[in-house]
Amino acid sequence: MEGYITIDGAQTPINGCKNLLEVIRASGIELPTFCYHSELSVYGACRMCIVDIDGRGIQASCSTPPEDGMVVRTHTEQVMKIRRMALELLLANHHGNCQTCGKNTQCKLQELAQKLGVKNVRFDEVNDVLPIDDLNQSLVRDPNKCILCGDCVRMCKEVQGVGVLDFVGRGSDVRVSPAFGKNLNEVECVYCGQCASVCPTGALIIKSQTEKVWKAINDPSKTVIVQVAPAVRAAIAQSYDIAGGEHAMAKTVTALRRIGFDKVYDTSFTADLTTVEEATEFLDRVAKGEKLPQFTSCCPAWVKYAEQFYPDYLANLSSCKSPQQMFGSLAKQYFADHEGVKREDLYVVSIMPCTAKKFEATRPEFVVDGDPDINAVLSTQELISMIDEAGIRVSNLAPESMDLPFGFKTGAGIIFGTSGGVAEAVLRLASAGTSEDGKPAPTEFRDVRGLEGLKEASVTLGDRTIKLAVLSGLSNAREVLARLQSGEADYDIIEVMACRGGCIGGGGQPLPNDMAAREERKATIYDCDAILPLHNAADNPYIKECYSTLLQKPNSSIAHKLLHTGYRSRRRIEGEDLDLSETKTGEKTPVSVCIGTNCYLRGSYDTLRKLIDKAREAGLAGAIDFKATFCFEKCKASPNVQVGDTIYGGITPDKIDEFFENTIKPAAQGASDAETLEV
Amino acid sequence: MTPFAKLNSPSELDALKRKAISAISGCATRVLVCGGTGCMASGSPKVLEALQSALEKHSVPVRADIMNEEDEAAISIGYSGCPGYCQVGPIVRILPADYFYTHVKPEDAEEIVTQTVLGGQPVQRLLFNDGSESYATRDDLPFYKDQVNVVLADCGVVEPGDIRDYISRDGYRALAEALYGLTPEAVVAEVTESGLRGRGGAGFSTGRKWGFTQVVKSDKKYVVCNADEGDPGAFMDESIMEGNPHALLEGMAIAGYAIGADEGYIYVRAEYPLAIERLRTAISQAEQAGLLGDRILGGPFSFHIRIKEGAGAFVCGEETALISSIEGQRGMPRPKPPFPANSGLWGKPTVVNNVETFANVSKIILNGAEWFRSFGIESSPGTKVFALTGDVVNTGLIEVPMGTTVGDVVFKIGGGIRTGKAFKAVQIGGPSGACLTEEHLDLPLDYDSLRSVGAMVGSGGLVVMDESTCMVEIARFFMSFTQKESCGKCVLCREGTRRMLDILTRIVSGRGKVEDIDLLEELALTVRDGSLCGLGKSAPNPVISTLKHFRDEYLAHIVDGVCPAGECDAFKTYSIIEEKCRGCGLCAKKCPADAISGEIKKPYVINADLCIKCGACADACKFEAVTLG
Repeated sequence: MEGYITIDGAQTPINGCKNLLEVIRASGIELPTFCYHSELSVYGACRMCIVDIDGRGIQASCSTPPEDGMVVRTHTEQVMKIRRMALELLLANHHGNCQTCGKNTQCKLQELAQKLGVKNVRFDEVNDVLPIDDLNQSLVRDPNKCILCGDCVRMCKEVQGVGVLDFVGRGSDVRVSPAFGKNLNEVECVYCGQCASVCPTGALIIKSQTEKVWKAINDPSKTVIVQVAPAVRAAIAQSYDIAGGEHAMAKTVTALRRIGFDKVYDTSFTADLTTVEEATEFLDRVAKGEKLPQFTSCCPAWVKYAEQFYPDYLANLSSCKSPQQMFGSLAKQYFADHEGVKREDLYVVSIMPCTAKKFEATRPEFVVDGDPDINAVLSTQELISMIDEAGIRVSNLAPESMDLPFGFKTGAGIIFGTSGGVAEAVLRLASAGTSEDGKPAPTEFRDVRGLEGLKEASVTLGDRTIKLAVLSGLSNAREVLARLQSGEADYDIIEVMACRGGCIGGGGQPLPNDMAAREERKATIYDCDAILPLHNAADNPYIKECYSTLLQKPNSSIAHKLLHTGYRSRRRIEGEDLDLSETKTGEKTPVSVCIGTNCYLRGSYDTLRKLIDKAREAGLAGAIDFKATFCFEKCKASPNVQVGDTIYGGITPDKIDEFFENTIKPAAQGASDAETLEV
Repeated sequence: MTPFAKLNSPSELDALKRKAISAISGCATRVLVCGGTGCMASGSPKVLEALQSALEKHSVPVRADIMNEEDEAAISIGYSGCPGYCQVGPIVRILPADYFYTHVKPEDAEEIVTQTVLGGQPVQRLLFNDGSESYATRDDLPFYKDQVNVVLADCGVVEPGDIRDYISRDGYRALAEALYGLTPEAVVAEVTESGLRGRGGAGFSTGRKWGFTQVVKSDKKYVVCNADEGDPGAFMDESIMEGNPHALLEGMAIAGYAIGADEGYIYVRAEYPLAIERLRTAISQAEQAGLLGDRILGGPFSFHIRIKEGAGAFVCGEETALISSIEGQRGMPRPKPPFPANSGLWGKPTVVNNVETFANVSKIILNGAEWFRSFGIESSPGTKVFALTGDVVNTGLIEVPMGTTVGDVVFKIGGGIRTGKAFKAVQIGGPSGACLTEEHLDLPLDYDSLRSVGAMVGSGGLVVMDESTCMVEIARFFMSFTQKESCGKCVLCREGTRRMLDILTRIVSGRGKVEDIDLLEELALTVRDGSLCGLGKSAPNPVISTLKHFRDEYLAHIVDGVCPAGECDAFKTYSIIEEKCRGCGLCAKKCPADAISGEIKKPYVINADLCIKCGACADACKFEAVTLG
């Protein structure tokens, strides 16, 4: 749309803005909003951006398409009155323990109440307190501070394609909640933290681990080391207004030493290691023509997402641990072997742009004998608060360099922090030495760069063309996987990062964490890459040393042990089987009948009932351990019955007689005989 | 019902109509038992049963299928839709004489069969009697005398479960005429010309709405019927769906043809099981007859109608929330634009009208825009159905020409105040409507007149209140409804209605503060002006209108500590009636505040200053000597 709008008397060009709010903001008037985010759908609920439009009266500007010739006033008496009333109503309903709130000084409600001059709340306080949801590692949800702007709901649904949050209830009972009032740890939350990034108040905040890190630092028996993820430096540069990511990183190294960390390392080092392992794995899969496309596995939110929604594709995920976890297992090994620090005395802290990394560190695969490879994960926000607590003025610090060997990285490791970075790092490595005419191998693959949620590229490596997709924002993963499933899409390698723009926009990054902030951080990351001497992970001398002293070669068995992992389907609600047997003694044949929806609809209740009856008739009730279970994931063959380790499909009630005689009875009799013998 | 063949042309429809008329005329007597929800609740199924056994007992041959001409039996019996006069139900009507029997009980069946069915004479004691005289036929009744039935004309006469009865009354002829005689543009033009305005609340021109949707190019369009009649006490749409479901289906099909849609949805609240059942039957019969479904009447136009049951959320009557609900989303309104005409159901151009609006359409196509304009007034042509309830003599469903005055509805049709007390106000438009007072008795009921006094037609609820009604309590009551039914999306509606309710509750419970009135008013105006959807914008209406007309009552509660209407318990005092008190002293023993004193065997006395109004004394007294007043 082109043309002009008169805003408070001033002619303002529309300039293609998609709504009136953006035109007004472009004109220099910062209309307040709670529920408007340019990357989310228009919601129109907070009523803060209302304006008076000639001929139309009071309208929300966010949902009004701009039209040439509109005459708009943004602060008439009536408009201001409505805005103030809306704020006053929100404040009246808000648990305002501001000083101790995790969002203190960063809260939009606080800010707008101050800006719009709401000095008095004329309504009674609300006394009922809703329970706080803090049972997961990553996020704390406090419904008492929620203003129901719906930003988290739309972020989770629209951008992340997860949708664990929605509105429930009516009237003043409305609240945002996961299904059935559950907590986030009981639903499909991937802990990406994007909800907390858009939450204007303290209703969704990052769960802090600073206290336990302080405790470890102050414990003389612990050696406390820290790794810093690549994207963190871009946000630190932004927050402290320091030019250059590596410069900001170097000052942060000093700060971390002042705080008391014994060693400071760079996650970019293990990002380089990941590149080597993952590229080797990829080239191996290409050679064998199996498990393609290969998905990246650095992003823990994406991994959990795949485990929940696409378990059929888990074999396609790279088996590489994420750089955070590679660091953890490598560090624990290295310090035990070379520094004489026992595993339990080494305390490994990560500083991540991410909230899902907190969850990742607690996955049982990454815990050895009760001791996790990573002991604590701090988000960038928590790093800043530790710096603040210690009173350190980062800008004034002299830069220091990281400790070796894990503090040395190439540019390939740094660009892991942004969408396209992992793919580009792999391409740099895979294309090295492939150029035919003696030209140096390319070190830049610009097609995969940028904040767009879905990027595609083709790269010729030798005689083969590699097709790539680079995704950020998990709803894009959903879309691409749907196309893969239908056969419409065909890729060799797919990089997925849960957060839009990659880790630079992670849920642990400081606020504002909007697209403008991400754009700036992206530029910082590529600047870091540009100034580093090396750009190919394989050229990292300490990586080479790692292989020569410990790992032997990429994808070796020791590399597999330390650097690779496996995944599990989380498609089903985790719950125990229902035990239906009457007696508990003796060796029994396990028989499980699925009573999930599909099997139930095809008569599995009757199947189960008849089987129990048959067992009683045959005098074998005591020899069979009947269980009702939920889903063997073989719904097409439902109803399914598992006898011993074998699953039998199509056991409809009319086939019971035959099935019992031929399958269950012999198994049960065998067990029964064994029992008798034992007696 | 015997199956019948698919109709492949308008002439086949005409043939079926002639056949149906001839069959019905072969039935000398038709006994119609009201099958509306009201009468069924007050026992009409038992009445129908009793009538059937009485007929059997007297060996009166009954025609099982009224359309079966070969059946020599000349008497038929069955359910009809609701004739509207619910107060006097269960209603039984005997055609063709049209005796209108009220308050019929199963025991009356024998007399009805012997005296009326066999003897041709009315049962006098069952006829409506207003105390001075009795009225034999429907049209004689004072309740109906001033009504004009267009939409409800066939409701209460036509058998809702038999499409052929509807066809015998020109049913689907408008659809045939539209499909074979008019272009879609001409249909839109005719509806526009008729001046029909949406009967669901806002009163937007139906023809223009169709026109907007018609001109949008799209591979798919939808017609949606809003049958989510959520106002407490309103049952206009329910009655149409139960009593004459084909009128709605025909209107929707015509709309589909006009805008170029091949699919329609009826969003009906699940609390209307009978309406849903009758709609399902009607849809299946219409599909069987080739009047819905693929290639209607053998022509190129296809139109399918689906039913979507709503789970009883008031806000789903708002069109964008309704659309979300059909899509399987939470029923929450979204900002407009885009309007449904451009982006509605599943993002496709969609016309949304309510039941009564669609039910007017076939009449307009059949009789012409000019005919339609002969009812009502220039700016609001046609009639409007209202649900008349409250303190009036006659309650029920009424249909009057637009522009009928408030006074005529209350005093002529409604028969005045039931209690003999003075008229105080009429709440119009449901919980988000406004109240009209004595000064509005000459106000015509039409969209613009009502809007001029800050009220609205709404879906058509009319609650009449006498002088014993507390207007603050009324405002509180409606606010508690809208607050519970707010979807909670926009701040002003969610929090504003809650705070208005808080303040109103405070006032009626005697804890009001002087500054409450200003705060309440400020809040009401802010919520009205700033809310996202119609629910929020209209929720403050009861507050605004009662503050305007009955501000004194608010002040009396707050400043004088009295409820002038004598309704609010908080302002009442407990006292002991001397004559009834036996002096047992039990009340004094039970009183936790030691507010009761007296001597045994002499009347006790309550000290109002000490009384905490817990009511323990009244509960304890065995002689009903304690009163609250």
